[in-house]
Amino acid sequence: MAKVIGGVFTSHVPAIGGAIQRGAQNEPYWKPFFDAWPPVREWLDVQQPDVVIMFYNDHGLNFFLDKMPTFAVGAAPVYRNEDEGWGLHPFPIPPGHTDLSWAIIEKLVEEEFDITTCQDMAVDHAASIPLALAWPGREAPVRIVPITINTVQHPLPSAKRCLALGRAVGKALAEWQGPEKIMVMGTGGLSHQLDGERAGFMNAEYDKFCMDNLSSDPDALTRHSVHEMVELSGTQGVEVLNWIAARGALGATARELTRTYHIPISNTAAAVMVLETEAAVQSGKASSEAIPAMA
Amino acid sequence: MASAANKPIPGTHIFDGAAAQKGYALNAMCYSFNSAANRDAFVRDEAAYIDKFQLTPEQRAAVAARNVLQMIAAGGNVYFLAKLAGILGLNVQDLGAQQTGMSVDAFKQMLLDQAKTPAAREAIRG
Repeated sequence: MAKVIGGVFTSHVPAIGGAIQRGAQNEPYWKPFFDAWPPVREWLDVQQPDVVIMFYNDHGLNFFLDKMPTFAVGAAPVYRNEDEGWGLHPFPIPPGHTDLSWAIIEKLVEEEFDITTCQDMAVDHAASIPLALAWPGREAPVRIVPITINTVQHPLPSAKRCLALGRAVGKALAEWQGPEKIMVMGTGGLSHQLDGERAGFMNAEYDKFCMDNLSSDPDALTRHSVHEMVELSGTQGVEVLNWIAARGALGATARELTRTYHIPISNTAAAVMVLETEAAVQSGKASSEAIPAMA
Repeated sequence: MASAANKPIPGTHIFDGAAAQKGYALNAMCYSFNSAANRDAFVRDEAAYIDKFQLTPEQRAAVAARNVLQMIAAGGNVYFLAKLAGILGLNVQDLGAQQTGMSVDAFKQMLLDQAKTPAAREAIRG
């Protein structure tokens, strides 16, 4: 029986990928952000997830404006990270989990989400950088199901709809009969704005509101309209929609394990969080209790 | 246009249907820059490359001026414009400086200074 063990939530700023590829993690500018990751990796070492459900937004790699799905679910055996035009080398991307993809797709349509399915899909830095942060220097030892949310071309789906999407994914995961340990990732944000005369805008107060409520009361994040979210978090800060959807997939209760917030990474207020579920706590306890018994 | 209920946000341009329609040619050109061969072709002969994508006169003027706010006014989306900016050797701090009328150093300092506000200190504490 599958277990949903928790989620890793992180900013996906392209410059992070550049810092990884230059080996700049210990430079003063970068260290506060990269210092968020050893505890995340320790948690991953204990939990040993087999699958990552990756909630993110595409930035003009797989989707152009000719066809722009509100929600798209990958159902490919392999995914590619490719040249996005501004100099980042592609990172390794683990294989897909097509059976689980289709189980999620079946459930989402049953739950009346009119999604797009992708059997051929390039995944951009918003998926590749979080994987490279979680499992540095190698292909992540998991299989993935990418789920994209349109945060590029308005109208965007509401936070309420994104949370409901995540919850429907969570139902599919709960019903999945495979033995896998499943985790989610929600990537992007937090507050930032790249375009317009307000470029450089960040809002620590709103970011804290999002982080404070993510585990215990994600519905609080749905009280703002997308327009209000743009005002509060910036034109690209709305990427927090990916976090909200990923949180939905964790089910009713999730416990905050780690949190790092740092200003700035590039133009962005960066954040990293780990939330875990009851399933994670139990499997974590089981493995730590097993150590003395084995010795 | 945003819906009538939405008040404009100062200094903020919502990339909505009207912008997406207006900016289609410019964004299509920028999307092509995912390919290194296309970036090279643009650098080799910018005018010919722009002709191929049938940019509007407003978009041509904005690209010629390397002016980000003009590109946005012409329907450009920043995620796609970033690919053009990459060719021009500009990062998002350069774009931010240009759009806000600040020097790049002043823009970077403005970003750093946002870590020092009471709200930021509280959020960093967790």
